[in-house]
Amino acid sequence: MTKRHILGATSAAAVAALVLGACSGGSDDGGGEGDGPSGTITVLTNRTDIVDTVLEDYVAEFQKTYPAVDVEFEALTDYEGDVTVRLNSGDYGDVLLIPNAVDPDQLATFFEPLGSVDELGEKYRFIHQRAFEGDAYGIATFGTAMGYVLNKPVWEKAGITEPPATPEEFLDALSAIKETSPEAIPYYTNYADGWPLSSWQSNQGTIDGPEGVNLRTEQNAPWTEGMEQYAIDSLLFDIVEAGLSEPDPTTTNWEESKNLIGTGQVGTMVLGSWSVTQLQDAAEAAGKPREDIGFWPMPWQTDGKFHSTVGGDYSIGISKNSENKEAAEAWLYWFLDESGFADSQGGLAPQVDGQSPATLQDFEEFGVEEVELAPAPEGEESLLSDIYTAAEIDLSGDQYRRAFVDVARGAADGDKASAFADLNDRWATARAEVVG
Amino acid sequence: MAAVINDAEALDVVRAARSQARPRATGGLGKGGWRITPWLFLLAPVGLLALFTYVPMANMVWYSFTSWDGLDPVKEPVGWQNYVEIFTRPEIFRVFLVSLYYLGGAFIQLVLALYFATVLSFNTRFRTWFKGIIFFPYLINGVAIGLVFLYFFRPGGTLDAVLATFGLADPPLWLGDPSLVNVSLAATSVWRYMGLNFVLFLGAIQSIPNEQYEAADLDGANSWQKFRYIIAPGIQRIIGLSTVLAVSGALSVFEMPFIMTGGSNGSSTFVIQTINTAFTFSQVGLASAMAVVLLIIVLVIAWLQRRLLPDNGGELT
Repeated sequence: MTKRHILGATSAAAVAALVLGACSGGSDDGGGEGDGPSGTITVLTNRTDIVDTVLEDYVAEFQKTYPAVDVEFEALTDYEGDVTVRLNSGDYGDVLLIPNAVDPDQLATFFEPLGSVDELGEKYRFIHQRAFEGDAYGIATFGTAMGYVLNKPVWEKAGITEPPATPEEFLDALSAIKETSPEAIPYYTNYADGWPLSSWQSNQGTIDGPEGVNLRTEQNAPWTEGMEQYAIDSLLFDIVEAGLSEPDPTTTNWEESKNLIGTGQVGTMVLGSWSVTQLQDAAEAAGKPREDIGFWPMPWQTDGKFHSTVGGDYSIGISKNSENKEAAEAWLYWFLDESGFADSQGGLAPQVDGQSPATLQDFEEFGVEEVELAPAPEGEESLLSDIYTAAEIDLSGDQYRRAFVDVARGAADGDKASAFADLNDRWATARAEVVG
Repeated sequence: MAAVINDAEALDVVRAARSQARPRATGGLGKGGWRITPWLFLLAPVGLLALFTYVPMANMVWYSFTSWDGLDPVKEPVGWQNYVEIFTRPEIFRVFLVSLYYLGGAFIQLVLALYFATVLSFNTRFRTWFKGIIFFPYLINGVAIGLVFLYFFRPGGTLDAVLATFGLADPPLWLGDPSLVNVSLAATSVWRYMGLNFVLFLGAIQSIPNEQYEAADLDGANSWQKFRYIIAPGIQRIIGLSTVLAVSGALSVFEMPFIMTGGSNGSSTFVIQTINTAFTFSQVGLASAMAVVLLIIVLVIAWLQRRLLPDNGGELT
């Protein structure tokens, strides 16, 4: 009996909430009394760690400007997976981070256009990454520069104080670390967690420049010497083959690796600049100075200069099904322009005239040039994802890299030539299928 | 409404008249109730079953005939293409070889469970305590077990430390060595699921009447003979059931390898591959077809078991 009462009460409350929500949603459409947006909006976020603290503080700030708007958060641990499934239900909040699984040509189905790329591009960076046919559907919450994090004392002990400029120098540096600090692992792959392996892919463009990705979709064999994809993947392969990575990659642990690099038991990890703040925190917690953690560009140069690919993190957009688009838009722009979120995360500001964060000070010293990837040509926006889906080579995932790391450490049959030839085969077949 | 009640009352009168003429064997309910009543009681469970099992399954079968990517509002029908792809790509079926490790593990698991159930069904010291110990792993959440065993198997972890105290200084990489990884994972599975088989066997053994053991004792039977001629035939049906569960479990193993290795290092199973196809490569159509194929394989195995082990066991005559 009691149970039934509770059930009845909750469902009545849910109905009431729905009705109220619909009323408040509807009222401001017809309002227009100059009070600006009002009502309640739901914001989906992946930041379960700060949803009750930092984000709630933002709401209080936000309501000083927009007192009539109430913001509710829904934090999701498996953001990508959960939201991708929810998209089809139509119920995915008012403001949300656009999941990576949404292809460019599907953006208009689920999200509200925010404006033209040309117009928004004057104010915001990385606008191309969530755009289709000239319309932008999302704006990056912050930007990340790519390269590798290192424990500086470990590198200094091996006699290296400047970033290696070629893959060979990089491998030599790791070997030197292995000799001078035998207790340290020169390079940590984070194979078990998987996603750190996919960070390697974000370095696309450091050799071929802004057109790197578009060049690759034109290639039939990207894993051939001289190609950018080959350079990136073969460096990882060589590190593992030379025994410069952890002895048992299958039992690695990301949280633990933060402490390992903070205390100098790990020398290097390829990651985005977003990680620097977290790793510095870990170093500090272990009683080491924050300055121990450095961030350097990938070991190759074009025209005598280092390059680092910068890209946007998740882009924030507005649901096509939002009942209160005015309030949603107010929150979106307030969050981007006023909240100071990017800075607090140690990320690059999403605005064109934004400041570069303190974590990237080494980049200025070594004259690293930023590379922002160019958008895919009109009509070919989903070409890349079509090819890798058909080839089942998850460029932005971890599986194909795990497979060749297994080959490199001798746990699977084959060698570098055969592993890369297989990738080339699959790529070429899929490309022929997709391009037609 | 009123008409229905009147009908029912009329029926009652007729029934009462009949039961007076020919006394009913079963007493109890004087009133007949509506004929629909049992169906009303069934409505909730059957509704839930349909909603959460049959409707999603019907949807899955439908998706398996489309090229849906999991997102698009349009689901393009492609006929049998997904099924053709499954049966023409050898790498999709190769992962069933990994299932052989779990199948081996499953048989060890059944034998161990049967052994412990038999031993603990007699008067053994601390038997309740042992029962608890053996069943306990089954109660732990799979994710927790995965994490515990990840630390157990890592270099310098618990297992290596234990081996070192016995003087084994150079242990292999339990999860890193591709020839060992599936053995390690299957062993974890055995540890986790043996408790369930154990409880099933124990329950069946304890339902065998005690007189039979007494009679056997009078005839001078030893423990093995009691097991061979009383227990084994007495629980034949539950052994058959456990075998089917073990085989289909080995084919569709997912949790342990997914949590512990994510299917890397050659530990990928059919279900992990299905998940990757659906969610990493956005080929929900193809993945649904793979799920349907797995379902059919399991059904065939269950059917084979019914044919090979006819349902005549379970009675001691």
